[in-house]
Amino acid sequence: MKQTQLYENHCILGGKIIDFGGWALPVQYKGIIEEHENVRSAAGLFDVSHMGEITVKGPNATEFIQRLVTNDISGMVTGQILYSPMCYPDGGVVDDLLIYKHSQEDYFLVVNASNTDKDFQWLIDNNTVGAEITNVSEQYAQLALQGPKAESILQKLTKTNLQEIKFYHFMADVDLDGTKALVSRTGYTGEDGFEVYLNPSDAPDFWNKLLAVGAVDGLMAVGLGARDTLRFEAALPLYGQEISQDISPLEAGLGMFVKLDKADFIGKEALVQQKQAGLTRKLVGFEMVDRGIPRSHYDIQVNGVKVGFVTTGSFAPTVKKNLGLAIVDLQYAQVDTEIDIIIRNKPVKAKVIKKPFLTKNYKK
Amino acid sequence: MEIRSELKYSKEHEWIKVEGNKAYVGITDYAQHALGDIVFVELPEQDSEIAAGDSFGVIESVKAASDVYSPVSGTVVEVNEELADEPQKLNESPYEKWIAAIELSDTAELDGLMDAESYEKFCAEEA
Repeated sequence: MKQTQLYENHCILGGKIIDFGGWALPVQYKGIIEEHENVRSAAGLFDVSHMGEITVKGPNATEFIQRLVTNDISGMVTGQILYSPMCYPDGGVVDDLLIYKHSQEDYFLVVNASNTDKDFQWLIDNNTVGAEITNVSEQYAQLALQGPKAESILQKLTKTNLQEIKFYHFMADVDLDGTKALVSRTGYTGEDGFEVYLNPSDAPDFWNKLLAVGAVDGLMAVGLGARDTLRFEAALPLYGQEISQDISPLEAGLGMFVKLDKADFIGKEALVQQKQAGLTRKLVGFEMVDRGIPRSHYDIQVNGVKVGFVTTGSFAPTVKKNLGLAIVDLQYAQVDTEIDIIIRNKPVKAKVIKKPFLTKNYKK
Repeated sequence: MEIRSELKYSKEHEWIKVEGNKAYVGITDYAQHALGDIVFVELPEQDSEIAAGDSFGVIESVKAASDVYSPVSGTVVEVNEELADEPQKLNESPYEKWIAAIELSDTAELDGLMDAESYEKFCAEEA
């Protein structure tokens, strides 16, 4: 298994290390529920150094990215970040990613850890305009500091006024008590917070320092188990579950990030057709009515007939219910529709509800 | 890890407390710690006949569902309904919160279970 620079830090903190798609990372330290609740009430620190980073530079950088992603990057300013799916010609998803703009000729893409090599190859294979594409993943460690206390904690380590880093914006070269880092107000929890990109060799000491200054505010190290329950409650998609090669961004409810009126991009034709024909299935939220926990890939039936499948399901620690996200045939997608989740070969009652499952606390 | 000297133990990290012809079965401190936060318990079916080694219930943690295996053969005569509403009690008090009571059909099976000292060694080897 691959290790991040923070492996020893996790071991010292008692992290339960598991295999995360080839990476040795902690699923939890004290416990998933305790860590999850701590992020919503105070703050949590995550090691997400396994994520991939790819730079796209040169005079054709903007044109190149614009043709590969579904969102419209033409209006972006320096220091801004956009979220976008990136699609195959048939409208299926290659990955979802964040696009950080340094300038018209300099972009920093942040991609899912499990898709880094695939995405890099996809960009190379589709580079018809001579953009300079470099996989810089090994040059960055990445930490996520999330929760209502995140800003006040990080502010202790810098003279930069963090209030000036707005939601989905970043500053490069921030001095964090002697450590240089790129700091963005982004995250994957539904809470306010920051993602910090720094030199891997700086990561171990910085991690310890941040935990130390944040201790008085209730900062705790948080593992990938809680990272999943947090993003799930906020109904944020996970590649391989809510979106995939077989699930289009329109089906996943990400139409806001698919700009069908911009110039041609890979997948545009298929997505235009899908929209015009009307979706046959879509992503919904649901809650269990009878006892049981829904999980990824469990079948969903109505009157004994399969009508969809669970994409993510779990006990939701803040909402305190067993909830799920699912792709279901369109006629069963209305709120209050009764559906059966097949758990260990038995149908268990559930019903479609609105998503997200709680209000996000972004500082916009 | 807490291990109680008066109990017997299975290789699947269950504890067994024998009272006459009945065996109360639960999961050990080692098991609850390995599982993490327990959020759901599917209890064995009352009056069901089970053989040693059969799965007779499910414990779900946040991340996964795990079968509970019966360490002995017999009939399920009692199930602890409290766990249906408060599954987290298995994390908090694993030795107080039994899962089911089984009327033994073959008391000789108890000889195949570990005592506290053997279980302690077994856990050390698993780590």
